[in-house]
Amino acid sequence: MSRLAATFEQLAKSGRKALIPFITTGDPTPDFTLPLMHEMVKAGVDIIELGVPFSDPMADGPVIQRASERALAHKMSLRKTLAIAAEFRKTDQQTPIVLMGYLNPIEAMGYEGFANAAQRADIDGVLTVDLPPEEGEQCAALLKERGIDTIFLLAPNSTNDRIKKMAAVGSGYLYYVSLKGVTGAGHLDAADVENKLKQIKAITKMPVSVGFGVKDAETAKTIAALGDGVVVGSALISKIENNLDSPEQAKSEIIALLSAMRQAIDK
Amino acid sequence: MTEKYTMPDVKGHFGPYGGMFVAETLMPPIQELNAAYQRYLKDPEFIAELDADLQHYVGRPSPLYYAERWSRELGGAQIYLKREDLNHTGSHKINNTVGQALLAKRMGKTRIIAETGAGQHGVATATVAARLGLECVVYMGAVDVARQSLNVYRMKLLGATVVAVESGSKTLKDALNEALRDWVTNVDNTFYIIGTVAGPHPYPAMVRDFQAIIGRETKQQCQDMIGKLPDALVACVGGGSNAIGLFYPFIDDESVRLIGVEAAGDGVASGRHSAPLCAGRPGVLHGNRTYLMADDDGEIIETHSISAGLDYPGVGPEHAWLKDTGRAEYVNITDNEALEGFYALTRMEGIIPALESAHAMAYTMKLAPTMRKDETIVINLSGRGDKDMQTMAKREGIEL
Repeated sequence: MSRLAATFEQLAKSGRKALIPFITTGDPTPDFTLPLMHEMVKAGVDIIELGVPFSDPMADGPVIQRASERALAHKMSLRKTLAIAAEFRKTDQQTPIVLMGYLNPIEAMGYEGFANAAQRADIDGVLTVDLPPEEGEQCAALLKERGIDTIFLLAPNSTNDRIKKMAAVGSGYLYYVSLKGVTGAGHLDAADVENKLKQIKAITKMPVSVGFGVKDAETAKTIAALGDGVVVGSALISKIENNLDSPEQAKSEIIALLSAMRQAIDK
Repeated sequence: MTEKYTMPDVKGHFGPYGGMFVAETLMPPIQELNAAYQRYLKDPEFIAELDADLQHYVGRPSPLYYAERWSRELGGAQIYLKREDLNHTGSHKINNTVGQALLAKRMGKTRIIAETGAGQHGVATATVAARLGLECVVYMGAVDVARQSLNVYRMKLLGATVVAVESGSKTLKDALNEALRDWVTNVDNTFYIIGTVAGPHPYPAMVRDFQAIIGRETKQQCQDMIGKLPDALVACVGGGSNAIGLFYPFIDDESVRLIGVEAAGDGVASGRHSAPLCAGRPGVLHGNRTYLMADDDGEIIETHSISAGLDYPGVGPEHAWLKDTGRAEYVNITDNEALEGFYALTRMEGIIPALESAHAMAYTMKLAPTMRKDETIVINLSGRGDKDMQTMAKREGIEL
């Protein structure tokens, strides 16, 4: 069983929901990420989404765009992200890591080369924003052969046909984008999310995590109750952006927010 | 090539290129657009309305002009100019925006967005939006807003909101990113009019089909004026819409050389250029697989060109396919060479070309003397140079 499947199974058994932070690797500096990952695990997160910085993050709002720019200014890359993940794995064999990014860095490495490198780094899942199942079957198959899950996004306007397609090609979990918009936007509607999750759940048994627009412990609690996990990204990265002169302060604010979310979700 | 050319396939692929590489939120609207496009493409009423608009509003057909003096001066092939600069709004861009706006109207969309580099597509979009009474937002890189201020003013006059994009390299690619973000957010009421043969399927095929009027007219006009097919077609390539519009109806005519001219900026060897077909590598950006300017990590490299309209790190996927199959040739012209082309056409024929089109002029100055006098070159004069007066005056140290 994959680390992701095992994690969700374990959570389901204990009636808990997954807390999934997204951070951009190498933001604000390359050495910030690895210690933060370990701290986040201590704060109770279940899965870590590592953002691979890309020069043209078309689906991201300004907060994650700027995080990418900061990381790229330090020459962060897909290869270096994999190296950080591999380093993390040396001391943490439990926490699943999902790479989240755009296709072109993977294209540059070549699908097979990337799949091999991801396996060597012991990556658990790959979510590629601009690789829908229509175009992604080859890459997904290569990853599957190596025991790596391919995670797809679902959106408020995804049809039943598309949900079925994601469920067929994807594995690990589905990531439901809770609103029409870019990351960090602010008009998440819990009732809409609830309705859509019912539709998705009627089609697939795969766990569904919900993200985009989760800003605080209260939203995290509301959203977690509706699905199997909650993803928080821009709210964490804002802490980095607000404390560029003090990375330690950024880290403690991130951990404080995640701890609060953990508590709220588990209540 | 003995079989008839039928690209792209149903999934929007030109061989390994093209496709639909977009975030999930955009898949349903792209599929909706594709369905509408496939339907109206064959709808006689739609086609009649489009033809009428192209004739009465755009001013088509555009002339094919024999550049007799310039041909004599260069001493080789006879040169003809396809006068897209004479279209309403001053470039070929309007052919496509008229078509997509009619689609938007049929699909019940009330809001139009667009990206623009030189501003020609932005102006052409603002123009059709004004005519149809639709809200219009144009995204333009902050660098381009500064170097094409005349077009920014035109768009505003036409009632469009121009958003200066401050992210990334602040040029055309960043404008496209921002337009895609807008579309993801306002997907229900918004129609995204992409200005070039890039983006996810069906855009590359759809924009090509709207621009193919250029090549169809050219073919007929060559028949009327010289009684045969031309020997070579030359067009500048940024995203590649004016080039594909000219080339497409000639793809099965194997005797006709198709030559796309990319922007070499300071020279391909300098690394400061916008020539992905000549010096890039395949990758995925803005919804399709094509040749890109990217580094070993797959990050997109900043491009450079004197012409804002060619300053783009990708190129339409059909050009990538035509390059790989060898059906079309792709060459490049530096900023300085383009300026020579600009002055040559201005002084020899009394026609001031856009800096984009000047790249095609400059390559023709190299090509024509190598050809026989009984051979013919058609250049796509894709736009007029009015928008570049400030850039040119500044280069010459003149304050306007």
